[in-house]
Amino acid sequence: MAAPILSTPSHSRDGGPILEVRNLRVEFPTRRGVLTALDDVSFDIAPGEVLGVVGESGAGKSMTGAAIIGLLEPPGRIAGGQILLNGRRIDNLPYEQMRRIRGKEIGAIFQDPLTTLNPLYTVGRQLTETMQTHLDISDREARQRAIGWLEMVGIPAAAQRVDSYPHEFSGGMRQRVVIALALCAEPKLIVADEPTTALDVSIQAQIIALLKRLAREKGTAMMLVTHDMGVIAETADRVAVMYAGCIAEIGPVREVVKAPKHPYSEGLMASIPPLDRKVDHLAGIEGAMPRLSAIPKGCAFNTRCPHVFDRCRHERPELLETGTTLATCWLYDPASEKQVPELLKDD
Amino acid sequence: MTDRRPHPRAAGAPMLAAEDLAKHFDVSRPLLQRVLAGEARRTLKAVDGVSFDIPKGTTLSLVGESGCGKSTVARLVVGLYRPSRGRVLFDGMDLETARSDAAQRRRMQMIFQDPYASLNPRWRVRDIIAEPVRAFGLVEGGAAQRERVAELLMQVGLSPLDGEKYPHEFSGGQRQRISIARALSSNPEFLVCDEPTSALDVSVQAQILNLMKDLQARLGLTYLFISHNLAVVRQVSDRIGVMYLGRLVELAPAETLFIAPRHPYTRALMEAIPDLEMTGRQRIPVGGEVPSPINPPSGCPFHPRCPLANARCKAEMPALLPPRGQPDTIVACHAVEEERDGVVPGTTVPPLPAAATGV
Repeated sequence: MAAPILSTPSHSRDGGPILEVRNLRVEFPTRRGVLTALDDVSFDIAPGEVLGVVGESGAGKSMTGAAIIGLLEPPGRIAGGQILLNGRRIDNLPYEQMRRIRGKEIGAIFQDPLTTLNPLYTVGRQLTETMQTHLDISDREARQRAIGWLEMVGIPAAAQRVDSYPHEFSGGMRQRVVIALALCAEPKLIVADEPTTALDVSIQAQIIALLKRLAREKGTAMMLVTHDMGVIAETADRVAVMYAGCIAEIGPVREVVKAPKHPYSEGLMASIPPLDRKVDHLAGIEGAMPRLSAIPKGCAFNTRCPHVFDRCRHERPELLETGTTLATCWLYDPASEKQVPELLKDD
Repeated sequence: MTDRRPHPRAAGAPMLAAEDLAKHFDVSRPLLQRVLAGEARRTLKAVDGVSFDIPKGTTLSLVGESGCGKSTVARLVVGLYRPSRGRVLFDGMDLETARSDAAQRRRMQMIFQDPYASLNPRWRVRDIIAEPVRAFGLVEGGAAQRERVAELLMQVGLSPLDGEKYPHEFSGGQRQRISIARALSSNPEFLVCDEPTSALDVSVQAQILNLMKDLQARLGLTYLFISHNLAVVRQVSDRIGVMYLGRLVELAPAETLFIAPRHPYTRALMEAIPDLEMTGRQRIPVGGEVPSPINPPSGCPFHPRCPLANARCKAEMPALLPPRGQPDTIVACHAVEEERDGVVPGTTVPPLPAAATGV
């Protein structure tokens, strides 16, 4: 198997991927020097595909989403690489141009539905305004579509609820409104950052099912950022595991979850308490993720890695072919002196 | 590690018992507004009649979604709230009495969810940990106190040198270790842990859960563990109570609850959790949302979302009863009591029928 694991061969050939991220590098200049928050991040998302991005806090997953939608918090800046939407570069566009792309071509869903919605406007007005900013439709048509979208995301009595204010909705219903808002201008790409984290499990399941269905039906590409591996396993087609600003492993969701190849992904999966049995001792990973100011030389994971060898401490690993996924780990370089441990081999 | 427990007590007797515990909050609008609008007083029944006991050296977990009252129970049990009804017995003593006696008070401690908010940022870690030691006068003399702090730090997997640092120098997981060390410093026997790992990353959560289990085995601690995460709860509990709108709907031994969940809400919760198994099966999410505890539904509070609800469920509050063939479990459900929930004891519990409310 060759390079196409970065994208999905089955989808991507008809017209190519919707989103291409190439060697993305994000830096934060600080008084104590420049911190590298994202380093050499590359992936594609095809139409109708859900790419899950997982990792622990500070791994850079939300930052990747923010860089794509052009909302990096200053002084953060894109210091290298490219972001292409439908083959067109969007990482270097002026603010006004990017603002028009956001909403129209890229929809964003954030964790907290209350801060996304404007409390002073009815949800109907927020929907129609978004649609009329990006689509050339009449007031009447916009209102009709707003009701249609509310129905589509499963809000009962949508024709009445369209005139309600955000505070009149419950948490789960608000997140449905946010989803309708992100989708109503029919974007080609949705960046969803922890869309279900603030919700209870029974609501979470409803929202995930909804997002998945809409992405499939509309052929929308989706980047789903979350720390919840269960959500990823249920929703994503492919998954990227991030660690300390880099992609540690990327590949089909089944492979990454069931037979992870990078020692970090392996540790991450083993840390998740299983629902179907009780274990005496959870595996866990010793230590904690390094701060951006203290990322070790060589592989960023080398201080916590159980399989570390000399090369890891000196040389930064590249994304290497593991047979089923791509992993930034020297174990998979045939030139390395160390063998792939049994634990990480295919079952 | 020496066991500093002064009075090892006979096993079997409950460390803690809650009897018909209730906590109601007055959420009425101010008097004038209420009179002008012609409104009655409104009460929020955060907890409404919860009973359980926790045998010594075991863990009882309470699970449920936000607003189910689990954290209110935690606060009632350590005396941070005074119950509106019912009582808490701590080692056979009324909690009110026990709380007024320092020698009893030191036997219970609490660990909170957010290790960023629960440690004083201006104190050194050694002072944070030593405070209960000093307050209860457990160890006399500076040298002995320093030694005790060093011992506690090592017990939770930190270095004695970490005592000189301030909380901001630690990661979330290390801060939660400090919280645990502080809780252990008064030699407690009973710990209330309110979502102790919810703010932590999963690899760190595993470390903290392992630590809590080790400490329980080593020190014979009794835990009341509050969490919304069923997978976490399965790893630490002996028994599990499922709460919904201020009430227990099911209470069962941990393994029984996972193998044979009986209450439709418990079954729906288990069904809803996204897992790593990727069986590809279509989940049937339970419809609707948790209703407001200010204005709870009549009869069984779960009936508006329950696929098994009938007229009796709408009218009559079900009692907690053991289902046939499961003597260790109690369930508050008419459908289970009438054996129309489709579960045959001793066989696999089938998925719930699709709820009428839908997605």
